[in-house]
Amino acid sequence: MIRDITLGQYYQADSVIHKLDPRVKLTATLGFIISLFVVQSWIGYVAAAVFLAVVIKLSKVPFGYMVKGMKAIVFILMITVVFNLFLTPGEPLVTLWKLTITKEGARTAAMMAVRLSFLIVGSSVMTLTTTPNSLTDGLEKLMRPLKIFKVPVHEVAMMMSIALRFIPILLEETDKIMKAQIARGADFESGNLIKKARAMVPLLVPLFISAFRRANDLAMAMEARCYRGGENRTKMKPLQYKGRDRIAYGVLFAYFAGCVLIRVYL
Amino acid sequence: MGIIKTDKLVFEYIRRDEEGNVEGITRAVDEVDLDVKQGDFIAILGHNGSGKSTLAKHINAILYPTEGTVWVDGMDTQDESRLWDIRQEAGMVFQNPDNQIIGQVVEEDVGFGPENMGVPTKEIWERVEESLKAVGMYEYRKHSPNKLSGGQKQRVSIAGVIAMHPKCIILDEPTAMLDPNGRKEVVRAVRALNDVEGITIVLITHYMEEIIHADMVFVMDKGHIAMEGTPREIFSRVEELKELRLDVPQVTLLAYELKQSGMDLPDGILTIEELTEALAAKYEVM
Repeated sequence: MIRDITLGQYYQADSVIHKLDPRVKLTATLGFIISLFVVQSWIGYVAAAVFLAVVIKLSKVPFGYMVKGMKAIVFILMITVVFNLFLTPGEPLVTLWKLTITKEGARTAAMMAVRLSFLIVGSSVMTLTTTPNSLTDGLEKLMRPLKIFKVPVHEVAMMMSIALRFIPILLEETDKIMKAQIARGADFESGNLIKKARAMVPLLVPLFISAFRRANDLAMAMEARCYRGGENRTKMKPLQYKGRDRIAYGVLFAYFAGCVLIRVYL
Repeated sequence: MGIIKTDKLVFEYIRRDEEGNVEGITRAVDEVDLDVKQGDFIAILGHNGSGKSTLAKHINAILYPTEGTVWVDGMDTQDESRLWDIRQEAGMVFQNPDNQIIGQVVEEDVGFGPENMGVPTKEIWERVEESLKAVGMYEYRKHSPNKLSGGQKQRVSIAGVIAMHPKCIILDEPTAMLDPNGRKEVVRAVRALNDVEGITIVLITHYMEEIIHADMVFVMDKGHIAMEGTPREIFSRVEELKELRLDVPQVTLLAYELKQSGMDLPDGILTIEELTEALAAKYEVM
């Protein structure tokens, strides 16, 4: 059933990584990505690989799930590799017709490939071990300082979580409208791209109208339950750092410092 | 003065054309006087467009009167400084169960109201637990609302209102989108709240079976209160109800027809048991 779809790609498991505060995981992902650009040598990448492998092991998420995220970027990865391989000037290694693979090109291409795949796997770890809901909570709390610059942090976070709640409902609704239109002879399958796009109009118009109606109802229901923005609001599940979160910050700092040292001394 | 009181309440919907000129005025609520006592179970009946939902939205200060006044627990709904107190004391449950659940987990949704009121975290958890238990949804607290049935979702919505500790709850056609089983679930939960917790209930509906247990019934038509009385009084006026395009429960109708054809039965029979007893007493065939 369409209502059973998992949002994002959260993988339910009982692990240390799952239990970490979402703020730790967000910071760690950012830190890890930066570290990939800090290190320039193979030793650095080995360090990153070890770090990533340990985290994956701890998260108890099957490795297959991590690699799934890679499928989406295979194409980009190929292009990057090919361009770097052929277009980097330097000492020629192999010449094929007019294309030359240089020693430097091969090195950059390999590094790029490693960097990109680590980047994707690294952020997959975060999305696989954190529910969209706690991710929003974490973002809200991390971004709180932006309030000084009048960024509506609470409002944006609230919108995100409501959007997440309504995705399955709207999906089901799309399904219903589609069936209703097919029953009246609408054709969503045949024809070229333009024809198909045009066929979507009788699907999208009712969907939009219904979404607006729902938004209106929801706004009224929220106001009836005393919602008045983020001011003076308390939290049912407030984010609180625990012992393991402090340790995780420590480990992250040690890893990052290691990367910087590798860059400077090796 | 009771918990909810309206005095000559009038509400007009104003339709405007593109330039903002008034095209027409519809009087949705027309000079309604209500007085509801604390702890009462009130039902408001009426067919579509009779103004019953508009009336309900005034009690929760979502709409403000064009003329007249509404008081909730002695507070005038037009007094903006008391707006949030009014909304806390008069909770509201709406028709569509999907469009009023905010949380992605049942317990988070129930906690939404208390969160908005600034209740401390520990107390939120206590309130969520007691309100989910009051509607019999405690074992579903970790579930996603998307996987619940309509009746269960409506019970979660009711729990979300109870968690704000209101003195009265207004239910605006809470069963209109539910199947018969879901309707029974919801009505049972609402009655329990009234009996056990003593919360004042205003139930708006067009299903006659749901109002049998009400203390007072108001029938609305074209913005007016057309009939008022106990369920028994209301149901004994079958012809008037038919004129207002309202259906009478089947047993009541059967008893009415039997009486019309000459059988000597009491007025306003509401349940099957009552009718069988009355017939048995009459003909001594037990």
